[in-house]
Amino acid sequence: MPLIQETDYGTPVSKAEKTVTLTIDGVKVTVPEGTSLMRAAVDAGIQVPKLCATDSVAAFGSCRLCLVEIKGRNGTPASCTTPVAEGIEVSTQTERLKQIRRGVMELYISDHPLDCLTCAANGDCELQDMAGAVGLREVRYGYAGENHLDAAKDESNPYFTFDPSKCIVCSRCVRACEEVQGTFALTIDGRGFASHVSAGIDQDFIESECVSCGACVQACPTATLMEKSVIDIGQPEHSVVTTCAYCGVGCSFKAEMRGTEVVRMVPYKDGKANHGHSCVKGRFAWGYATHRDRILNPMVREKISDPWREVSWDEAIGHVASEFKRIQAKYGRTAVGGITSSRCTNEETYLVQKLIRAGFGNNNVDTCARVCHSPTGYGLKETFGTSAGTQDFDSVTEAEVVLIIGANPTDAHPVFASQMKRRLRAGAKLIVLDPRRIDLVRMPHVEASHHLQLKPGTNVALITALAHVIVTEGLADEAFVRERCDWDEFQDWAAFVAEARNSPEAVSAITGVPADAIRAAARLYATGGNAAIYYGLGVTEHSQGTTMVMGMANLAMATGNIGRRGVGVNPLRGQNNVQGACDMGSFPHEFTGYRHISDDVTRATFEALWGVTLDAEPGLRIPNMLDAAVDGSFKAIYIQGEDIAQSDPDTQHVVAGLENMECVVVQDLFLNETANFAHVFLPGSTFLEKDGTFTNAERRIGRVRKVMPSRSGMADWEITVAISNAMGFPMHYAHPSEIMDEIAELTPTFAGVSYDKLDALGSVQWPCNEAAPEGTPIMHIDHFVRGKGHFVITEYVPTDERTGPRFPLLLTTGRILSQYNVGAQTRRTDNVVWHHEDLLEIHPHDAEQRGVRDGDWVRLQSRAGGTSLRAKITERVAPGVVYTTFHHPETQANVVTTEFSDWATNCPEYKVTAVQVSPSNGPTEWQSRYQGISEHNRHIADAAE
Amino acid sequence: MPFEIWEDTRAQAIITAHAGHEGAMLPILHALQAAFGLIPEAAIPLIAETLNLSHAEVHGVVTFYHDFRRELPGRHVLKLCRAEACQAMGGDALGARARGKLGLDWGGTTADGQVTLDAVFCLGLCATAPSAMIDGRLVGRLNEARLDALLEQAQ
Repeated sequence: MPLIQETDYGTPVSKAEKTVTLTIDGVKVTVPEGTSLMRAAVDAGIQVPKLCATDSVAAFGSCRLCLVEIKGRNGTPASCTTPVAEGIEVSTQTERLKQIRRGVMELYISDHPLDCLTCAANGDCELQDMAGAVGLREVRYGYAGENHLDAAKDESNPYFTFDPSKCIVCSRCVRACEEVQGTFALTIDGRGFASHVSAGIDQDFIESECVSCGACVQACPTATLMEKSVIDIGQPEHSVVTTCAYCGVGCSFKAEMRGTEVVRMVPYKDGKANHGHSCVKGRFAWGYATHRDRILNPMVREKISDPWREVSWDEAIGHVASEFKRIQAKYGRTAVGGITSSRCTNEETYLVQKLIRAGFGNNNVDTCARVCHSPTGYGLKETFGTSAGTQDFDSVTEAEVVLIIGANPTDAHPVFASQMKRRLRAGAKLIVLDPRRIDLVRMPHVEASHHLQLKPGTNVALITALAHVIVTEGLADEAFVRERCDWDEFQDWAAFVAEARNSPEAVSAITGVPADAIRAAARLYATGGNAAIYYGLGVTEHSQGTTMVMGMANLAMATGNIGRRGVGVNPLRGQNNVQGACDMGSFPHEFTGYRHISDDVTRATFEALWGVTLDAEPGLRIPNMLDAAVDGSFKAIYIQGEDIAQSDPDTQHVVAGLENMECVVVQDLFLNETANFAHVFLPGSTFLEKDGTFTNAERRIGRVRKVMPSRSGMADWEITVAISNAMGFPMHYAHPSEIMDEIAELTPTFAGVSYDKLDALGSVQWPCNEAAPEGTPIMHIDHFVRGKGHFVITEYVPTDERTGPRFPLLLTTGRILSQYNVGAQTRRTDNVVWHHEDLLEIHPHDAEQRGVRDGDWVRLQSRAGGTSLRAKITERVAPGVVYTTFHHPETQANVVTTEFSDWATNCPEYKVTAVQVSPSNGPTEWQSRYQGISEHNRHIADAAE
Repeated sequence: MPFEIWEDTRAQAIITAHAGHEGAMLPILHALQAAFGLIPEAAIPLIAETLNLSHAEVHGVVTFYHDFRRELPGRHVLKLCRAEACQAMGGDALGARARGKLGLDWGGTTADGQVTLDAVFCLGLCATAPSAMIDGRLVGRLNEARLDALLEQAQ
C-alpha cells in the first residue's frame, strides 16, 4: 500500500453525546459538543493551517496560525482552542486571516534554516507545508537578526536527534511527553526569545528522564526531533500496517518502507491497543532483524561438540524427519515432542501442535506460557470459564480503582502503562501489591494510595486477607453474587476467608504488610467504584500461582467488579503472542480454544479434518520432558522460537536434559543458548518477514504483515510444513490465511475470524463467532462463560523455598523497559545503551551488612546454583529481598532459580528463591565453564573445513 | 543581606514546610531564594521528589521567572525598568550609563561582588518614570544624578 497519511484532526476527539451544528466556510457540519473549530473544519473537509496543534495532545493555542473569524464576534480566535457553538458561521480564509498568517510565518522563517533540500524532513515537514499553505513569498525581516541557527545538535539518543536550530518551540514534544507518554521529561527552558526545549534540567536526552518512547519525535512538525534512520535512509515511500513483536500489548505499527528496507516503525493511530503510541522497543528496537548475528542457513551436526555444518534446506529438513522417525522407532512414539513459541504467529503455533499431535502421534507439546501465564489459563477457566483476561485495554479509562499485583507496567507493558497513567492522573486511585517499589508506586503525577510491600511468596495470604476485610466488614456485593455466582460456594468461601487466621492482623506477620494498610486497601477496592485488577508474573510464577489467580477472581466476583467496562481481572501478558499460543492448543492437554483432548466430541472434529487418530491422553509438559530426558526416555525435541536454556528455571537441569537427547532441533533467529545443545538449527524469520496474526493480552487478534522477504528463505510456518511433509503427514497451505481458516473451522471462539475480516476491521477480540461477529471486548457481561461464577477456597500454603542461615535473602526476578525477555532481540539493538548488563538490586541495609558497595561484583548463590553480577544499591527492594533481570546470558539468573513450581500447572517459582549474596571478584565456576561450552558449541565450520 | 550556604537538609526542611500547600512550587522557590539567595540545580531533584514532579517541570518553572537566580547576586541589587513608559522617559540612556559605569551587561555582577544590575520590565511606577529599585526599595523620577548617587551608594 502507498505511504499512509493519517488525518491529523488537530485536537482530540470530544466524547460528548450532545451535538452542535455550525457552518464553516459555508459548509454545514454537525459535531459533538466541545469539539474545536479546527477539528470540526476537518470534519467539513477543510484544513485550517496549524503548527502547534496535533490531535494526540490537548489544544495549546500558541502558534497563531489557525486563526479564524466568526461572524458577529470580534477578533480572530484560534480555531484549536475555540469550541464549536450552535449556529455560528466560521470563516477560515479571509483577506485579514491571510495577512496575519503570512506575518506569523515570516517570523517563524526568519529564525529557521533555509536548508529544505538537504533537510531530513524534506517532504514530511509541517513547517514547509504551512509556508506553502499561507503563500509565504518573502521574509521582510531578513535572516541576519539574532537567531538560533547555530544551536548545537543533541545526538545522544541512539535512535533520534534533537536539532534546536530547527525548532519552532511549538511545545508539541513537551505536551506529547506529558499527555501521551506521561513521563514529563521535557519542558520549555526560559521565556521569550530565549525559550527552548529542554530535556530534564537542560541535559542531553540520554541523561534526562526521557524513556525514548518516540512520542516527541512523532509529534514534532519539523526536523528538530528526527529518527536517525530517516536521516540515514531518506523518506519512506510506502507503509505496511503490522503488529509489534515485543510485549503482550500488541501495538499496531506502520512499517514505513523504502523498498524492502524499513525506514522507521511508526505507531498507528487506528491501532486499538495503542492508539498511536509506542515504547522504545517497538518504535526503535527492530534492527535485530538485519543484525549480522542472524543465522540465514540451516545447519546440522552429529554431536553438539562438533562445529556446525551449513546445509541445504532439503538436507536439514530430511535430517530432522529421519532422526525423529529413527528415534520414535527405537524409543517409542512418545520419546519425541516439541515446544511452540509465543513469539511466533498463531498460525505457526497451530501448525507445530498439529505436527506433534498428528505427525508425531503424541501430545508432547507445550509452550513458554508454561513458565509464565499457565496459572492464568487454569485459574480463570476454573472461576469464570475462559482462560483469558476479561477486558479490553480501553476499559481502564472507566476504572476508578486500579489494583496492580505483581506487575510492572511502566517497564514491561509501557504503552498500556501510559494509558493507565493517564487515567490515574485524571483521578483514579491506585493500589500496588508488590515486593518491590515499582515506578508506579510514585512517579511524577502518579502516586499509589497504598503500596502493600509484601514478602515474596505470600500473595495468597494477602489476597485472602483482603477478602477477609471485604466479607467481615460487609463490603461484598451480595446482589451480584446471588445473581451471577454459585451462592453456596460463596458462603463456604466467605466462611473460610472470615476465619480469624485470615484476618489482616494475623496475616500481617506472614506478609510483612501492616494490618491497617491491608484493611484500607480492601476497603478502597470494594467501595471505590469500578475496580480493575491488572496482574503479571508476580502472581503466576509461584508455587501457588494458580491459587492466587483464583484468589483475585474471587475478590472481583465478591465485589461485583466483573462483567462491565472499568472492572475485571486482567493478565498483562509478557510476550506478543502468549495469549495466542495458549489459544492455539499449545498445551499438552488442550486443543485450540482450551478444549480438553480427552473430550471425544472435540477430538473427533480434529480427527475428521486431519484424517488421523489422535491420542486422548495428555502429553508431557516442558519440565516433564526435561525430567524424562534426564531419565533417558525422552530423546528428541523440536523447539520453535524459544530459549529454554536461558529462560527456564534451574539452568543446570535444563542443560542436563538437553545434553541427554539425541536430536535437539532449534528453530530461531539467532544461535541462542539452547542452540548450544542442538543438533539441527533451522533459521526462522522475524515478524517483518512473514504473514500471520498475533493475539495480545486483551484477546485482540491483529495482523502481522510481511514487509520484506524472508532472509533465510523460509517463514517459520513453512519450515513446520516442510518437516511435516517429510515426516509423512502432508500439510498443504499456500498462505497463512488458509491456516487461520482451518483454525476458525475447528474452534468455536474463532469461528468468525478470517483475514478478510481482520483487513476490514483492523483487529478483532475473540470470542468472534456468530453470537459476536465483531468480537468481544468485555467478557462475562450477563453471565459467566462457565455459567455461575465459581468461588474457590484459597488456603495459603507457604512455599518450601524458605530463607535460612545459609540463604537468608529472597530473590525475585523481572524485566526492564529497554530489554525484552532473554534479550535475543533487544541485546542486538542500541537498547543496550540503557541496560548492558543484569544488575542485582539490593537494599542498603543488606548491602552494608555484607560490605557490598554500589557497582561491586557480588556472587548470588542459591541451593540450585550460583552466578556473579554487579550490585545496585536501592531502596526499591525491601530489606531481605533482592531483585534482578534475566536479559543477559552472561549472567544467567536462572542458574540460581529452583525446580519448584505451581501445584496446578508447573509454572516455575521464579519469583521466590532463597539466596545468599556475597562480595565476589568475577564470574562463578559455572559461568566460566558455560562460557567455554557456549563458545565452542557455537562454532560454524568454514566451507573448506 | 548575607545568605545561608546551600545545604541539602536545610533546603529539604524549607521545601517540606511548604509542600502541603496547593501550588507549592512558587512559594518553595521564593523561600529557597530568600534563604540561599539563589536556586541552585541541586534544588531541582529535591523539589521534584517532594512534589512528585519531574525534574524537567521544576526546571521549566525556575527558568521561566527571571527573578529566580541561578547564581548568587551581589550585595546590592539595582533593577532598572526597561519597559515602554520608562523607555519613553529616557530609561535606555540611564541603562547604558549604569552598564558603562559598572562595566556590566544586564544580569551581571561586579567582580567584587558588590552590585548586580538587573533589567526589569515595569515596576508599576509609570507615573514617575524612569523608575528603578534598589535592594527592594523603589526609586522614581530617576535621572543621571540620582542614578550616580544610587551607584555610589551601592559601590
